[in-house]
Amino acid sequence: MNKIHIEGLHKTYASSHGRVTALKEVSLSIKQNEFVTLVGPSGCGKSTLLKLIGALIRPSRGTLLFDGTPLLRPTRDVGIVFQDAVLLEWRTVLDNVLLPTEILGLDKVKSRNRAMDLINLVGLGGFEKRFPRELSGGMQQRVSLCRALIHNPSVLLMDEPFAALDAMTREELGFELMRIWDTDKKTVIFVTHNITEAILLADRVVAMTPRPGRIARVVDIDLARPRTIDMEFTQKFKSYSGQIREVIYHGPGASRS
Amino acid sequence: MTTEPHAASLLQDDESLEPADSTLKAILGATITLIALTIVWEFLVRQFQVPAWLLPSPSLIGQSMVEWRSELIGHSMVTLYETLVGFALAIAISIPLAVAVVYSSLLQNTIYPILLALQSMPKVAIAPLLALWIGFGTLPKIVVVFLVCFFPIIVATASGLAAVPAPLMDLIRSLSASSLQTFVKIRFPTAMPHIFVGLKIAITFAVIGAVIGEFVGSESGLGYLILVSTSQSRTPLAFGALVLLTIMSIVLYYGIALIERILVPWAPRN
Repeated sequence: MNKIHIEGLHKTYASSHGRVTALKEVSLSIKQNEFVTLVGPSGCGKSTLLKLIGALIRPSRGTLLFDGTPLLRPTRDVGIVFQDAVLLEWRTVLDNVLLPTEILGLDKVKSRNRAMDLINLVGLGGFEKRFPRELSGGMQQRVSLCRALIHNPSVLLMDEPFAALDAMTREELGFELMRIWDTDKKTVIFVTHNITEAILLADRVVAMTPRPGRIARVVDIDLARPRTIDMEFTQKFKSYSGQIREVIYHGPGASRS
Repeated sequence: MTTEPHAASLLQDDESLEPADSTLKAILGATITLIALTIVWEFLVRQFQVPAWLLPSPSLIGQSMVEWRSELIGHSMVTLYETLVGFALAIAISIPLAVAVVYSSLLQNTIYPILLALQSMPKVAIAPLLALWIGFGTLPKIVVVFLVCFFPIIVATASGLAAVPAPLMDLIRSLSASSLQTFVKIRFPTAMPHIFVGLKIAITFAVIGAVIGEFVGSESGLGYLILVSTSQSRTPLAFGALVLLTIMSIVLYYGIALIERILVPWAPRN
């Protein structure tokens, strides 16, 4: 059974210029523990699709199954990371990570132990009593990753999580994310506008195009894991990158002609 | 070798930029300037033999403050009481009302726009009417203080409660948090620094409100004392009352700032 099954999904918004179609006829199945990246230019509906999967917004039309059942309201089986870490400034690193467990009413001692494990896992051991303003952007984003994982969700939704970071931190966090995903498998849906990042991380890259937002092509990434930075320079990687670039810039029909 | 002295002076420049150091320098500088201005004032008044009823010298003001200390203290207490009660009343009413406005779209579309429109009305201009309606006791002064404090606090609180970043709201919704959880854990702490901005504006208005209330009609308070002593040409005493009002205003402002540092240590400092 697919973890997430999407069929004929539409999303339209009311705007001052009438109704805008954010997503049109989107169909996609995501397997358990698959790492899927959604890539495309702004306005292609990738973030809208992510919000729909998180049940933060409702589809205008179409089917969205989560573990085989229709998704009507947010589920605690999902963890979310945004472009901004949006940590609570008045809480320490540890208390920020614990926020979801307080809201869900989980066991305090177990949660605390798990939080400390996660903080150590992302390399922030010793920083648990610090406040967000004392941390760099990359460290804050690591904290927000811990916060998304604390209640052990089976699905991790990431909305351009490394886009606000500098290139080196971005690469470092990408590899760290894959290391964590390797030890603690989850279904990851990762939105980015960076094609290299999309290929390097994913089992499958979903390339999307704007006006209206739709899926242009799905590319299976057949690269060995663990992934390394050198793979970027292989012929295979370049061919994936070329395929994706082509559909994004010239539309789904381009490569067929 | 020749670059060494240059490097050392650069380091000193760097150190002078440290915030604690620059604050100290600003305080020291302001104090010295104040003392210098007072001396110039004293000198000019003596030099040109300005009559005391027109512009008293600082030393004469000090003298009369000592002479009239029990009156000054008594009237200060009245003004302080009116200020604090009005201010507390404004906090007690405007913060819950701001919460209600943020949570109720009905209030947001009915009462709140009217409140915002009323904000531009000069509240102190109601003082004579208040005297007409509720007399010349301390109550009408408390009402004036309440009115001038009410608006900055409610506006700051309402905008603070609405200042939660959209992704954070998404995160909270994805966890199906209750309204109470969202308020206690997210909204109210987010609003705290905003509320204190409102409180600091309000407390400076509060003292002004109390004095205006006293000007309109009263038998006590520093505003009353200024009015009476000016009309009797006791200008040094009027100046003494003015000095106390200024001190009261400054102390109250920094009192609020101190409470803010304790309750909201994460607030941006200026």
